[in-house]
Amino acid sequence: MVSTAAIAMEEPVREEVEDVVIRFAGDSGDGIQITGGQFTQTTALAGNDLATFPDFPAEIRAPAGTTFGVSAFQIHFGSRDIKTAGDAPDVLVALNPAALKVNLGDLRDGGLIVADTGAFTDRNLKKAGFDENPLDNDSLDNYRVVAIDVSKNTLEAVKDEGLSQKEALRCKNMWTLGLVYWLYDRDRKPTFDWLTGKFKSRPEIANANIAAVNAGHAFGETMEVSDGGVAYTVSAAEIDPGLYRTVTGIEALSWGLIAGSQSTQLDLFFAGYPITPASAVLHTLSRLKEFGVITFQAEDEIAAVCSAIGASYAGNLGVTASSGPGIALKTEAIGLAISVELPLVVINVQRAGPSTGMPTKTEQSDLHQAVYGRNADSPLAVIAAKSPADCFEVAIEAARIATKYMTPVMLLADGYLANASEPWRIPDATAIDASPVSFHTDPDDFHPFLRDETTLSRAWAVPGTPGLEHRIGGIEKSYSTGNISYGPENHQKMTDTRHAKIDGIAKDIPDQTVELGSQGGKMALVGWGSTFGPINRAVQILRADGHDVSHIHIRHIWPLPANLESLLGGYEQILVPEMNTGQLLTVLRSEYLLPAEGVNKVSGQPFKVAEIVDAVRSRLEK
Amino acid sequence: MNVQTPPEKLTAKDYASDQEVRWCPGCGDYAIVRAMQKTLADLQSPPEKTVFVSGIGCAARFPYYMATYGFHTIHGRAASLATGVKLANPDLDVWVISGDGDSLSIGGNHLMHVLRRNVNLQYILFNNEIYGLTKGQYSPTSRLGTRSPSTPLGSVDAPVNPASFALGCGAKFVARSIDSSQKHLPEVFARAHTHQGASFVEVFQNCIVYNDGVYSSFTDKGAAEDNQLIVEHGKPLVFGKERDKGIRLKPGAMELEVVTVGKNGITVGDVLVHDETNKLAATLLVEMARPAFPVAIGVLYCNPSETYDGAVRNQVELAQSKGGKPDLNALMRSGPTWTVD
Repeated sequence: MVSTAAIAMEEPVREEVEDVVIRFAGDSGDGIQITGGQFTQTTALAGNDLATFPDFPAEIRAPAGTTFGVSAFQIHFGSRDIKTAGDAPDVLVALNPAALKVNLGDLRDGGLIVADTGAFTDRNLKKAGFDENPLDNDSLDNYRVVAIDVSKNTLEAVKDEGLSQKEALRCKNMWTLGLVYWLYDRDRKPTFDWLTGKFKSRPEIANANIAAVNAGHAFGETMEVSDGGVAYTVSAAEIDPGLYRTVTGIEALSWGLIAGSQSTQLDLFFAGYPITPASAVLHTLSRLKEFGVITFQAEDEIAAVCSAIGASYAGNLGVTASSGPGIALKTEAIGLAISVELPLVVINVQRAGPSTGMPTKTEQSDLHQAVYGRNADSPLAVIAAKSPADCFEVAIEAARIATKYMTPVMLLADGYLANASEPWRIPDATAIDASPVSFHTDPDDFHPFLRDETTLSRAWAVPGTPGLEHRIGGIEKSYSTGNISYGPENHQKMTDTRHAKIDGIAKDIPDQTVELGSQGGKMALVGWGSTFGPINRAVQILRADGHDVSHIHIRHIWPLPANLESLLGGYEQILVPEMNTGQLLTVLRSEYLLPAEGVNKVSGQPFKVAEIVDAVRSRLEK
Repeated sequence: MNVQTPPEKLTAKDYASDQEVRWCPGCGDYAIVRAMQKTLADLQSPPEKTVFVSGIGCAARFPYYMATYGFHTIHGRAASLATGVKLANPDLDVWVISGDGDSLSIGGNHLMHVLRRNVNLQYILFNNEIYGLTKGQYSPTSRLGTRSPSTPLGSVDAPVNPASFALGCGAKFVARSIDSSQKHLPEVFARAHTHQGASFVEVFQNCIVYNDGVYSSFTDKGAAEDNQLIVEHGKPLVFGKERDKGIRLKPGAMELEVVTVGKNGITVGDVLVHDETNKLAATLLVEMARPAFPVAIGVLYCNPSETYDGAVRNQVELAQSKGGKPDLNALMRSGPTWTVD
């Protein structure tokens, strides 16, 4: 416990640590996400590698003090390569009893708890389900605890700024941020600059928040923890030279769509219907009208995808985004786009299901929906992003495939990727490979299903082009004229052609590489999507222990890379960790008749590295 | 010296595609496609800039028979597809072709929104009060008691009135015509085309196989004059063989009544004059039902306002004029960045 008597101290001897996991938690109204965002920014500027995991409730204004109203933000940073948001927090900042109740189980033994005693009132303790105050009994003996009345200290720190009591208490999060800045030797200036900019028109609020940061910091300088030091330092990581920023999956996805529209030289049309956690793409693109982006908030998911198909028909890059339930509604229209062979990018920011499931929690259980989930033989291309920054590349690739092959492309992201952030070496937009689209304009022997011999892609002739007036639709078309055809041989040929076109994309994507480890060996961990981080870190750890384990990460889910079968054939065991009950696993087994096994987790939370490490050990060390 | 040859004038035939028409012999749709081809010739619409978008149903085959661009889409969603087409390229002249099931059952939501948004396109609803393509089930416009394969004892749910629905959705242009009225129908199509915004046209269309004669009480030669009220802006609402019947507001009530000019002291001055900008009047006219009233035909409401696609484009242009040349590199470098050496 902290001695309440403040003792002036010299600059402490700081313990050097390689990596740290901090979780900020409080009521959804406590400004937790802002606190986490500021800590992230400051930590990025300090040169650490990092990964974040915002975890917030579905309720917009959940009743204060309840466990279901707890909002959390986790950051993992270090002097080494950081691939995940971290398994177990080293530090838990709990701004009320509910935040402690919900998050304590994750904290590592001996971890540090910073608790706001001002919020540990009888009422709040009861709401959180505590019979007695855990700060007053021995229930936290496994941890180190800094119990401090943050509310009172904050009010004291900002009293000269003339704020109302309510406004003053809102600075609580900045007080704790100041304390954590002190714990980990962070520079306060970036936050001051941000506060000054954000509250330009209300300087008293900026000043109060700055005062709160400083007060929290000063408290750190003077506090004593009974069982040892709490001051740490984390050196900068070895990072490739370049210009960096932090980026969330949503930002990278939105900017990637703009980059994709530029590389294909098409105008971008984006239609969406509000759904968690995909709406933010619509919000982001709606603010980028200067790029010529047309955004359309449709009346429902079906109208969103249909308008995107209409825009593609008229010569735009049509894009829609949703999450699983919304994608289900779009399915019939996606079939239309497959049948009329128009480009379309469909983004699925996956969430826990089925049905409404857990909208703010992550999962990757829509892989089968993406690959197989339509009526009839209706293949399309599927690609998946592995990290927030990777969303940028994947969006460009989706636009390339959609337009080059005149096909819908399903882009799989998930709730974790969408909201999480990581440092990103900012690419040069002018250096992105151009893949310009050329519309068909030659009326000689034209019909709308003329095909490119190599790609099997059909001619894209857009309305407005004289001499190419034509009719298309969802009824089967004649291979040789594009007119309606019910011919049995023709339907066989068109079905085969649609398949061959999508299968042929495998020749136009990079060969599958081994992310970490060797070509062949005892075991390969095969993953896709946002499990990249935990799998990669797990393989790092296992290899350091001398295990012959490799990491293969699949970006192109459909068609699969042409060499994947032979590559996987080189391993004695294949393990597929997924946040579902085994969907990529089923695809690999059915495509390659492989005896692969799954490691599956569907808790709404990303994999912990340890869970994967344990799963591998249990197989290798038995 | 080059001699400029004047562009050839397109005829109705030039708007007909080479595809064999597959509607049932005697279907009212033949007359509508003929009227549309005449309309486009009258307007000299450039075929390359004209797009017909349809959903599913008998009416939805329409685009295949037009020598323009055409997109036969999925059930109920033509309005959404068409909205995307228009937003992507506002220079295109977009016509939506739909039926009563396509528009008012599965596609009711999209019809509502395309009208209230006021997307600049023409929405033509072929109303035959039946599902034809699926072999005769009753539709959302079928009258109470309609016997059909799915309602052998007669339908028990009340029908929707398409024009009334359109007005309720906030449509700024609502008109009606009849498949067989080959003079009136192209005039209404032309008015719909001229109107900037979503133009809704209900066409009473006879299904010769599953609902033959459903409109004969006011479309048959002998019955038409006494049972149709053909409205024209600024003209009195009179009808009848002798042009002696009129519509007026019933004194002391918020309802219409039929009067006979020259009887009971009624003069032409007592008859309402059609004001197509008056929504209340339109609301009363579309609800007039036989046999007590004639069926109102023509442009019932026309009161233009800003189009959705125009407003969307304006916002984009404003953002572009303010922001200068868009620069993705600058966007990605906005906000806090740092350099690693």
